[in-house]
Amino acid sequence: MKDAALGKDLVGLEDLTAEQITAILDTAEAFKEVSERPIKKVPALRGKTIVNLFFEASTRTRISFEFAEKRLSADTVNVATQGSSVSKGETLVDTARNLEAMRIDMVVIRHHASGAAKFLGERIRSNVINAGDGKHEHPTQGLLDLLTLRDRFGKIAGLKVAICGDVLHSRVARSNIWGLTKLGAQVAVCGPPTLLPSGLADLGVTVMHRIDDAIQWADALNILRLQLERMEGGFVPSLREYNRIFGVSRERLARAKRDVVIMHPGPMNRGVEIDSDVADGPNSVILSQVTNGVAVRMAVLYLLAGGSPDWRSQAPDDR
Amino acid sequence: MNSLLISGGRVIDPSRGTDGIADVYIIDGKIEAVGRNITVPPEVPRVNAVGKVVAPGFVDVHVHLREPGQEHMETIATGAMSAVAGGFTGVCAMPNTDPVIDNQAAVGFVLRQAIRAGKARVYPIGCISVGQKGQQLAEFGEMVGAGAVAVSDDGKPVVSSQLMRTALEYAKTFGIPVADHCEDPTLAHGGAMHEGLVATRLGLKGIPSAAEEIMVARDIILAELTGGHVHLCHMSTRGSVELIRRAKEKGLRVTAEATPHHFSLTHERCQGYDTNAKMNPPLREAADREAIRHALKDGTIDCIATDHAPHHYDTKQREFDDAPNGIVGLETALGIGIRELVEPGLLSLPGLIAKMSTVPAQVFRLPGGTLAVGAPADVVVLDPGRRWTVRADDLHSKSTNSPYLGEALTGQAEVTVVGGRIVFDRGVAKPDA
Repeated sequence: MKDAALGKDLVGLEDLTAEQITAILDTAEAFKEVSERPIKKVPALRGKTIVNLFFEASTRTRISFEFAEKRLSADTVNVATQGSSVSKGETLVDTARNLEAMRIDMVVIRHHASGAAKFLGERIRSNVINAGDGKHEHPTQGLLDLLTLRDRFGKIAGLKVAICGDVLHSRVARSNIWGLTKLGAQVAVCGPPTLLPSGLADLGVTVMHRIDDAIQWADALNILRLQLERMEGGFVPSLREYNRIFGVSRERLARAKRDVVIMHPGPMNRGVEIDSDVADGPNSVILSQVTNGVAVRMAVLYLLAGGSPDWRSQAPDDR
Repeated sequence: MNSLLISGGRVIDPSRGTDGIADVYIIDGKIEAVGRNITVPPEVPRVNAVGKVVAPGFVDVHVHLREPGQEHMETIATGAMSAVAGGFTGVCAMPNTDPVIDNQAAVGFVLRQAIRAGKARVYPIGCISVGQKGQQLAEFGEMVGAGAVAVSDDGKPVVSSQLMRTALEYAKTFGIPVADHCEDPTLAHGGAMHEGLVATRLGLKGIPSAAEEIMVARDIILAELTGGHVHLCHMSTRGSVELIRRAKEKGLRVTAEATPHHFSLTHERCQGYDTNAKMNPPLREAADREAIRHALKDGTIDCIATDHAPHHYDTKQREFDDAPNGIVGLETALGIGIRELVEPGLLSLPGLIAKMSTVPAQVFRLPGGTLAVGAPADVVVLDPGRRWTVRADDLHSKSTNSPYLGEALTGQAEVTVVGGRIVFDRGVAKPDA
């Protein structure tokens, strides 16, 4: 399993091999059961100090990480700050050094600047987990999306997954592209050209502009949230137009040849990129994604802390 | 009287097309004679240039000296020192200081600080617009009277075509170039690097080549309309090169410069979010780098200018998006020029020297770039074969934001003479016998 060992940090899926990704998914699969117990705890990370350092507001990701940490018996501290480090006064470098001086074991960081997780990881000895850095990557989201697909289809290789919406500004999309291509899936993106970044074809991704094409082609759609700022930035003329042309609706899905699995990283803009009857419909795995999120984060924290992937064979703690 | 003899070196003077072993005899700050075995009185101090190259001191038409206002990054004194250490005897100082150089008093201040430093000559560039706000013309006449040699709002583009037109016309009165930083601000807004695959991978907003090319095209059209001289700063794209080539074929008064980083690095250098690869215009693709190199070879791009842009260490130790743009370049320019242009055979050594001295002096109508008799004695003795490693501690600039730190380069200035005075001597110790 040595090739599957992770480094000090989890910055992105671009840096991982297929073996490493598979090891995380397998470990996560085993951790799922912990969340189903009446007493949702294992002692795996007891005594470890973990800081959730969130420079961007986030409820769901932070809570998901917090549950993962607490279910592993770690001690957690949440630090939420707004605004850029420049306006706040304390630089990211100083924040990093302060954390290290407090002998923190692990830092989960979400930051508005691409590269912030790597920046932090280069400067402190603690493990650094990227919970989303700017537009760069959101690796645990990519991993939980992979786990959800694997649960549903039994495999990733050969699957056709279309990532729909604002790929240009999406770290979730980038992590998914890396994870899916490394595990052998076929990846497409679908959206207006104004929301698709350049160079995707060089990464082996098919580019589509019509949502019907994506629906016809894909086994699963991963529908990205369209942020209000995109309209203000002139990327799309209006949310109404976006919904009419690019929104995933029951009528459009009905024209598909097969049941297309529906995913969304959340939070959803119902009526914009996804209609309610699709989000709540029979082929939606959106809530499974959330459940898998806690397990994936437990796996990542555990493996980075040096845990062996076969933790279950270790002697149980009676407490 | 003050004299100096630089003897036995390979004297390369692109202004006269000469290249051969000769002595250079200087009296009272001017070139007295250049020839073989010049006899001089025995008390004249000598510089032994045997095995070295003797050339007109380099002239850099685009540097940022950060004084007044940003002295923590660089001062005119430290910048002028870095210049002579790089072999530059003259630099043109861009006016985007704090406050900006938009009036005769500020121009005079820059000149005075340079004279006090006593290293490289500093030719101030004045702002095009008051406060660099892009609205009202600055007083070109008064600034020129105080010593300004050109005008520029560099740092920023001149957004208003009407203002650029007026600047080009008005500048004709004084025979000075208008230097433009070509960037469409709406296309470039928020961008941190070149728009392309690397930016997509890194999750950074990109600046498309079109942002530069649109303004290059506009400036060329205005140069034609007005008959003024536009100088295009730090060209970075193959599209810009094409536009300039056609403009020159039409005989328009368009000149251009390119930086060593734009003919040596590409956007791949941004991998890992190294802020020493962040500058404006950004590092582009390999095809753009190729086009810049060939443009220097065929003269489409007239000269090399470093856009020396010091930044304090703390400011570059930041998230990529928040880090300021720019790198220092005065002391690595020669080495990079030799590695990227001379060694691959694109330019001869005299050709490179021309692009770094004779041509920039001509483009900005400055004295220098020549060893003709009677010219100011601004001379550099360089060792084009000297191997050295770029180390932060060895750089003379106050800031050390360079992507070349740790790299081995070939070619360094050994002795730099300004106005007949030795202002820099690397003092290379002779190895013990």
